[in-house]
Amino acid sequence: MSTIFLLLILLFGFLITFQIAKASEYVGVLKGEKKNFEQHNRINGFLMIAFLVLGLIGVYWCNELFRGKILGESASKHGEQIDKMMYITIVITGVVFIITQVLLFWFAYKFQYSEKRKAFYFPHDNRLEVIWTVVPAITLTVLVGFGLFYWFRITGEAPSDAMQVEVTGKQFGWIFRYPGKDNTFGKKYYQNISDKDNNSLGLIWEDPYAQDDLVVGNEMYIVKDQPVKLIINSRDVIHDVGLVYFRQKMDAVPGTPTTLWFIPKFTTDEMKKKLNNPDFEYEISCDQMCGRGHYTMRGIIKVVTKDEFILWKAKQKPNYVQVFPDKDPAAPAKAADSTKTASVVADPAAAAKLMAQKN
Amino acid sequence: MSNEAALHGHPEVVTTHDVHHDDHHHKQSFITKYVFSQDHKMIAKQFLITGMVWAILGGLMSVLFRLQLGYPDTKFAFLEDLLGSKWAKGGQIQPEFYYALVTMHGTVLVFFVLTGGLSGTFANYLIPLQIGARDMASPFLNMLSYWFFWLASIVMLSSLFVETGPASGGWTSYPPLSALGDASEGSKTGMDLWIVAMALFVVSSLLGGLNYITTILTMRTKGMSMTRLPLTMWALLFTAILGVLSFPVLLSGFILLLFDRHAGTSFYLSDIFIASTQKALPNEGGSAILYQHLFWFLGHPEVYIIILPAMGLVSEVMSINARKPIFGYMAMVGSMFAIAVLAFLVWAHHMFVTGLNPFLGSVFVLLTLLIAIPSAIKVFNWLTTLWKGNIRFTPAMLFAIGFVSMFISGGLTGIFLGNSTLDIQLHDTYFVIAHFHIVMGVSGMLGMFCGIYHWFPKMYGRYMNNTLAYIHFWITFIGAYLIFWPMHYEGLAGMPRRYLDYSNWLSFNQFGDLNRFISTVAMVVFAIQLLFVFNFFYSIFKGRKVISQNPWQATTLEWTTPIHAGHGNWPGEIPEVHRWPYDYAKDGRDFIPQTEPLGSNEGSH
Repeated sequence: MSTIFLLLILLFGFLITFQIAKASEYVGVLKGEKKNFEQHNRINGFLMIAFLVLGLIGVYWCNELFRGKILGESASKHGEQIDKMMYITIVITGVVFIITQVLLFWFAYKFQYSEKRKAFYFPHDNRLEVIWTVVPAITLTVLVGFGLFYWFRITGEAPSDAMQVEVTGKQFGWIFRYPGKDNTFGKKYYQNISDKDNNSLGLIWEDPYAQDDLVVGNEMYIVKDQPVKLIINSRDVIHDVGLVYFRQKMDAVPGTPTTLWFIPKFTTDEMKKKLNNPDFEYEISCDQMCGRGHYTMRGIIKVVTKDEFILWKAKQKPNYVQVFPDKDPAAPAKAADSTKTASVVADPAAAAKLMAQKN
Repeated sequence: MSNEAALHGHPEVVTTHDVHHDDHHHKQSFITKYVFSQDHKMIAKQFLITGMVWAILGGLMSVLFRLQLGYPDTKFAFLEDLLGSKWAKGGQIQPEFYYALVTMHGTVLVFFVLTGGLSGTFANYLIPLQIGARDMASPFLNMLSYWFFWLASIVMLSSLFVETGPASGGWTSYPPLSALGDASEGSKTGMDLWIVAMALFVVSSLLGGLNYITTILTMRTKGMSMTRLPLTMWALLFTAILGVLSFPVLLSGFILLLFDRHAGTSFYLSDIFIASTQKALPNEGGSAILYQHLFWFLGHPEVYIIILPAMGLVSEVMSINARKPIFGYMAMVGSMFAIAVLAFLVWAHHMFVTGLNPFLGSVFVLLTLLIAIPSAIKVFNWLTTLWKGNIRFTPAMLFAIGFVSMFISGGLTGIFLGNSTLDIQLHDTYFVIAHFHIVMGVSGMLGMFCGIYHWFPKMYGRYMNNTLAYIHFWITFIGAYLIFWPMHYEGLAGMPRRYLDYSNWLSFNQFGDLNRFISTVAMVVFAIQLLFVFNFFYSIFKGRKVISQNPWQATTLEWTTPIHAGHGNWPGEIPEVHRWPYDYAKDGRDFIPQTEPLGSNEGSH
């Protein structure tokens, strides 16, 4: 009912506007075409300058309103470089924006039709044209120079001490894999993938390197101040690992692994304090359209200290052991410890201490 | 010139029906005049009206998904009544339908409105009229071009009514998502129809493009050298060349996609396990990125296919209404040439975060930012054209000024995105949405409106209502800034595009109020476009009649034809051209038509 009402109001509004417009056309005819034109021209000329002034105020106001809602300080070393580049670009383009918009609307207002004015025949001027070819060219060279300098630093090889984590996107979630003690990822083959048999990445169990690989879902742990290199895969369609706080992004392409690396600067807990938000988490967003659940494809990165990380890692069971519990070297007694609480914790005392710390 | 004298001497004669059919004695039925017409002017109108229908549909789609984005928790009962319980269960837009909407909105607006509707209309309408030709080089192919467009439209439209829904993988339709029906509902029948419709569209675009190029190069009237062409002609020529060279590449990409979908090939597919069926596919060795290269090899020139005609229309209208020659004619042509060449060398800037080799990426950064130079030249030339002019704010002129403002705003954000370092942060966020909507979508639409308002009197022999036009301009222009300007901030916050709902995200849920505001403005702006549509159709039948042959006091040839020009455009001989088209304010005269010979002591431009 309210919909119909709304449509009726809309229709009514249209009718009124139309009647006014029609009437104003008749008035124009009565007043004489020339006078009518001059009046319209003055109104539009005024609107031009009004738009400029209000628009610039609006731009300022919009910035006041939203600058607190965009990202704060970057949480990675690479991000600092991106932020610096961003400021350089904002300043340069901001200056150009204001100059050109002011000129555009100022000229429109200033040189609006007047019976007395004669337009100036000015078809070209080589000097001017050279100026506005060369100046943008120089400015852009500066921007390209800075941009590429940072680009190569960000996309360069990861340091050799970087921690490696494999990230795999799927519809609609994330799977993370850590190499085990051998520090080497085992082989996998996508035809082996079976969610039913708890082999979500298709690891080849015969490969000894694969037997100690840790596979975890949705939460990824990394260490503050230690470079981390993500090796990114997809199990089905193209996804994208988007890390807004670290200013990083890389597609996950099926069949073609990609990589990115960065150095986290703050632990999750530090960020909670810094942003004064107890619920803060580093989120992984999927930034490449991947199907109906695209907007739900949320992962979490926990940045922790080295000690916390060792503790966390010690609690994880390799995927291999989860699939073949009887092969677990840590539990030779073959206790019926398939329940989670019993099987996860390798060192209950340390875990209890960690829990106490967190609370 | 006797032809000219006759026209000026007896303006009342030329409106009668018999005179301008002097050299075309065939009798026209309704079918040959309005349906299967070979008259470029009628074909242009067919393109325009089809484009307008698509623009309304595409705009309506955006209103629907903006409803979802602005009011994610509200239930709109009428949506369920309208769309059924599958797409709008309980009055809320379902994810599949949301993605179908954004996909179709993009496809429709980019291809059917801003390519078919814009180039199709103005290339067909203006080329023969402005170069002094009776029709296109091949009127028959021209007619086919429209009917392939129509067929493409019908197929695309039909995909909206398929049970599994239309294509929903984004307007770029990246495989594997678009190749696998099991991965997405929209990748079933809807995707096949999408590909077929796009293939038909490519055929239409090629038939049209070849015609435009041939006509401009070979059918110019006596004296119309290339450097005497109005800038609209140059713009449309470069547009057609871009289209002819890049659309076939897109088609090849689609054909490979079709093979992957139905013939078991692995061009784009490799190492895929589908969760919904718990099956690993046999395909190995394909590259999903290959499609992106093929797609963007068209996809990037495509944005210039959209913006160049708009630039041409704006240049022409701006010069006429500033009563001043366009500043730097040769620089304008040169910069369009540079843009057309560079258009082919920048496609991978859409792919900086696909795992592209960083060195290759750096080459594309350099080439991409080079485009800013010709773009800057154009902007400064437009500004100088206004300087010391005597500006008449006709509706077309307002849209031309609005175009320049939008082009500046959107062009500058292109400098952010073209720089790979910043693209890492901004890629696939609302910043991108803001950028391309402003620089391509809104600018393209403003350019198109500029053209429609300016040439409407030529098309229909009547004026559109000025008051409605002014309301249309100011609300559209201000509204577009209100919609897209704040989106930059959402992008700077990293908010990803193509999300149905942001409320579950800690990082992106701070913009709920802003999203609601944007949605509201979008609906107002959409409603105002309906006012334009009304003005358009009302004025065709009831608008104020044009009584002067040259209502804008312009120099170009289309204004030397009769008010209601028949097939063949000029009743007598085609006029001869003696000068460039921008002799405004020269030697103390307001304007000098191109047909007027140079005075004895007058220097040519």
